[in-house]
Amino acid sequence: MCKEQKYIIQICTGTLCHVMGGAELPALIDYLPKNLKLKVQIKGMVCANYCKDQTKKPPFVLINSELMQEADLEKIINYLQKCENNDTYQ
Amino acid sequence: MTHTNKATLTRRELLIQLCKLLKEGTIEDQIDRIPLNMRPKGNQSLRCCIHKDRAVLKYKIMALLGFNVDDETDELTSLRDYVLRAKQRKSLTSKVMTVVDEACSSCQQGSYQISNMCQGCEARPCSENCPKNAVNFINGHAEINHETCVNCGKCMNECPFHAIIYRPVPCEEACPVKAISKDEQGIEHIDHDKCIYCGKCMASCPYGAIMEKSHIIEIFQAWENGKKIIALVAPSIAAQFRQSMPKVYNAIKKIGFYDIIEVAKGAEYTIEHESQEWSEKMHSGCQFMTSSCCHAYTELVNKHISELKDKVSDTPTPMFYAGKLAKEQYSDALTVFIGPCTAKRHEAYFLENIDYTLSFEELGALLIANNIDIEKMDNEINMQFADSNVQFFAQSGGVTDAISKKTGNILQSEIINGINKASIRQLKQIAKGKTESNFIEVMSCENGCVAGVNTLIKGKQALEIFKKNQNEIGR
Ligand code: FES
Repeated sequence: MCKEQKYIIQICTGTLCHVMGGAELPALIDYLPKNLKLKVQIKGMVCANYCKDQTKKPPFVLINSELMQEADLEKIINYLQKCENNDTYQ
Repeated sequence: MTHTNKATLTRRELLIQLCKLLKEGTIEDQIDRIPLNMRPKGNQSLRCCIHKDRAVLKYKIMALLGFNVDDETDELTSLRDYVLRAKQRKSLTSKVMTVVDEACSSCQQGSYQISNMCQGCEARPCSENCPKNAVNFINGHAEINHETCVNCGKCMNECPFHAIIYRPVPCEEACPVKAISKDEQGIEHIDHDKCIYCGKCMASCPYGAIMEKSHIIEIFQAWENGKKIIALVAPSIAAQFRQSMPKVYNAIKKIGFYDIIEVAKGAEYTIEHESQEWSEKMHSGCQFMTSSCCHAYTELVNKHISELKDKVSDTPTPMFYAGKLAKEQYSDALTVFIGPCTAKRHEAYFLENIDYTLSFEELGALLIANNIDIEKMDNEINMQFADSNVQFFAQSGGVTDAISKKTGNILQSEIINGINKASIRQLKQIAKGKTESNFIEVMSCENGCVAGVNTLIKGKQALEIFKKNQNEIGR
């Protein structure tokens, strides 16, 4: 079920997320492992006020509809790999 | 991978907290709570325990309040006391960085280590080739005697299993001029007679133990006292926010800056003068001239390569001219240089027309504390942008290009893209006349100011955004 671009990754481009590490997340495209390269689409999204929630930490990234806080490249890639693995087992 | 790491993020978080309290006017009451709030009870600690974590945060805040951490005389001094003292302070210092001893992990002296990859082979080239007989075998496993080892690295090069590694002290390794070293307790100290303020130690420390002494208190004080503050914004900002320049500038104004003057405006004068100076020098038979806009470089020459002194251009930097322009236009205002550079903070201290400096990180914290989202700003702005040619000053090679255009393309240039131990050796050769070129451009940071030590985006990414933004504006 390897539909093209099955993961839509939206990186928050609000200033808070940007300063707290979101600035460099678009580099993701260069670091995706081979098996994921074609399945991922990276976009920006305007601040959706996730940052107003004091219990959560920036930067925020939406992977499909899943919200990830304190996102960094490693975390995003690990998450995607896990999704991939689950898919193969099913 | 990315350049932002957890230690940088801690520093940014502290800056944001600090700016928020300053903005709300609750700093005195709330500041001692920051370490507690950031490392609450029951949370996992980064170091041995949360108390150590909190102590580290306290001293990082002390640095952000503009103090030398080793100046503390009474450990019971609260952050509130430091805020009060900072508000009384009348002058800044030229020592722009400080080591937070509590955070410095006293990394062991750089040394070679045998890893468990060692197979205890028969050949044992590590011990055979050691000139000091410092490698011995214990239970069939190599061991280095650090008393006799002279760190020559031969064992590492010889080992067929790559079992020997070098463990550096990151800040000492990053410093191009040996200006940072340990005391008896293993804590690092900066030798200000040698330091060129390049900030490489700060960027490299995995514990974030080296901090810039922020001017944030002074700047808020000035606002409180109703002063006009003019932002002098370095051209490298174009690489920092992935937003259009009008939006970024509108956001800066919204923080409370009275007006903005692009430092690139100052660069127009620098280029004018430097081109003329170069032509004159070539006429009078000089072999070559070097650039002078990078302050870490001019400090390097002053403190370490004095034989190059008379080759450095006498032309003042873009920051100097921008400050002058600002004070001519607004004689009653204060000026704040906003840029990516630790060395500029040092240079600014000596310039009459620059009052304070802010890093891009600090600018980010100010925006956040003011609830400003650049993306939502107006895309129109009424201001005079600098000439597009000079905007590229912020990028390695940019100075060369600008002067080359001005002088009719007869410049033969050599670009030193980043100050490090190797390029210092190269500069020493150049000082002896060993160069074919007649103009030497030196940038302390690799790729230039666009990838400065205090940026939100670095390296290749920064360079790409910079070019895109500059072209889009199409000035
Ligand atoms: S800035 Fe990212 S959610 Fe608000």
